[in-house]
Amino acid sequence: MGSFPDISTEIGLYVKNIVDFLDDSLEGLFDFIALMSSRTINGIEDFLVWMPWWSFILVIFLLGWYFKTVFAGVLYGFFIFLIGTFGLWEDMMTTIAIILTAVLICLIIGIPLGVWMAFSKGFSTVMRPLLDAMQTMPSFVYLIPAIFFFGLGNVSAIFATLIYALPPVIRLTELAIRGVDKEVIESAQSFGSSRWQMLRKVQLPQALPTIMAGVNQTTMMALAMVVIASMVGAQGLGEQVLVSINRIDIALGFEAGISIVFLAIIIDRITNGVAGKFQKHRGVN
Amino acid sequence: MTTKIKIEHVSKIFGPKPKTVIPMVESGKSKEEILSETNHTVGVYDASLEIKKGEVFVIMGLSGSGKSTLIRCFNLLNKPTAGSIYIDDEDIVKYDKEQLKKVRQEKIAMVFQHFGLFSHRTILANVEYGLEIRNIPKEERREIALKNIEIVGLKGYEDKYPDELSGGMQQRVGLARALANDPDILLMDEPFSALDPLIRREMQLELLDIQDRLQKTIVFITHDVNEAFQIGDRVAVMKDGHVVQVGTPEEIIDAPANDYISEFIKDIDRSKVVQAEHIMIKPNALVSEKDGPKVAIREMEENGISSVFVVDRGRRVKGIVTIDDAIEAVKEKKGLQDILRNDYSIVHKDEYISDLIPKALESKYPLAVVNEEDKLVGFILRVHVLSGLVSDDVTESDEYIV
Repeated sequence: MGSFPDISTEIGLYVKNIVDFLDDSLEGLFDFIALMSSRTINGIEDFLVWMPWWSFILVIFLLGWYFKTVFAGVLYGFFIFLIGTFGLWEDMMTTIAIILTAVLICLIIGIPLGVWMAFSKGFSTVMRPLLDAMQTMPSFVYLIPAIFFFGLGNVSAIFATLIYALPPVIRLTELAIRGVDKEVIESAQSFGSSRWQMLRKVQLPQALPTIMAGVNQTTMMALAMVVIASMVGAQGLGEQVLVSINRIDIALGFEAGISIVFLAIIIDRITNGVAGKFQKHRGVN
Repeated sequence: MTTKIKIEHVSKIFGPKPKTVIPMVESGKSKEEILSETNHTVGVYDASLEIKKGEVFVIMGLSGSGKSTLIRCFNLLNKPTAGSIYIDDEDIVKYDKEQLKKVRQEKIAMVFQHFGLFSHRTILANVEYGLEIRNIPKEERREIALKNIEIVGLKGYEDKYPDELSGGMQQRVGLARALANDPDILLMDEPFSALDPLIRREMQLELLDIQDRLQKTIVFITHDVNEAFQIGDRVAVMKDGHVVQVGTPEEIIDAPANDYISEFIKDIDRSKVVQAEHIMIKPNALVSEKDGPKVAIREMEENGISSVFVVDRGRRVKGIVTIDDAIEAVKEKKGLQDILRNDYSIVHKDEYISDLIPKALESKYPLAVVNEEDKLVGFILRVHVLSGLVSDDVTESDEYIV
């Protein structure tokens, strides 16, 4: 009597069919994307591994010093040194390479989308629930199609990371562009700026501090995906965490885990510092 | 003077279907009625104005009167719902995107209430902005920008950022940025309202000074009656989206179009609006320097005054002669030259009463009023300075007693 009537929809099946169809028809495109991303990751990773260990620590120290304080620089350098002593140096580099690539792609896709959303109310209305879905849909769900499209490995990891980490930079770009002072926009208009001049010379620079806050968020979320992404074959620190779970290896688990935390702290503080530098002179009125 | 800007029956209504509301406004419904019935806001309704080349035209009204909406129609930041806007006899409402861009780049520049500066750019880069948009070569725009920064008195601040400057200085940047484009027309939307009173006064004077040199056509918005009357050659008063009266400050003070305006100008400081010209007496009695003391005495007797100005052929003041001195001179057979006194004050016909008060207090004699060519055009008795502060028709209700 009270039980749900015998009606069923097969939405999951439709999605599966769409995924199958995309996989068949757009194989070339996916292969191309896979190739480009894996080249980027490998390029960055090769460079980072090629760097002498002390020079990488030096770079981190300098970044910390420039964007924060000397003390911060020393601390960050020490964190990196510690990760090295755990024997996770190359894993760390892989993780950094994956994150950098993911963030780079996020920015390339996310900033234009955010700008578009700021300009078009209709597009914004369509995108908003999509962004909500991207952030709340359990990541394991899209790991499966990721493997379909790109196979096991770092590229699938990047894809999964993108879905999770993209929303903040899009949202904050939209917010930032919309939030530019109305009088500033009017004054740019009153001088006869074209739409493009307005965007490039006024709106984007004015919006930059907020966009940078979005970049910071996106980077942190990309880092949060490191372990989950390793389930589809991403290497690096996440993989080590996964291995330690399988082997019930508490020592390795802790070392890999704390390394991720160290990276998170360093990346967060440095991107925050970058945002802070942009903030200077831009927050008047 | 030729007409620079002419607007005809301009209306601006905000809302989803602005055009549908026009008939309602035509039928005389109020702003509030229309808002509650149709959810449209009437910004400006049926405004027609003519602004002459080289004049400072002030649009005055309280907040919500539609003045800021109207000024934004002049460069189409607001596109009018109905009506035409002619600049140099061309209707810019009909312009396409490119033509509009060109007019904005070359003919009209705007200064904003909260300055509208680009906080991410240095002062120099701010002032260069309009030129940069027009693709003017780097060296040239730098040169023009530096010149204009100097005009507004900010030399040495080129490399600072807006947030490092005070409000008054920021608005100078706004002004320099507008001037850098060398526009014919300067739109100023309450440019000094955000500044404190002392700086505001200073900026007003400086604006007039710059206007003297550059002779732009200025449309100036303010809610401050005193400001409007001080700097405006002509003033338009707006209320609820309607232009209620247009005229020179004196015309508006003399004949307010309705109670609203009378109320508005009640608090006006007359001493800063009424000029020497308006309270002076045309000189019936004048003595040429070639005349003798007897002529002077006769002139004074006929006009019932106790002193008279002596002028040369070009009507330039040479001095003043008192009745006592003249009688003495006749007795002692002296010439007019011997009894000429020089301790009188000369004022310009454009000077405001507030500036005359100290001079009137110091001087024993009437103030001589001269025009641009230093010709004597009238004189002012001390009593007129005071009565000019309270009534309108001093020159008619007088006895000439010094």
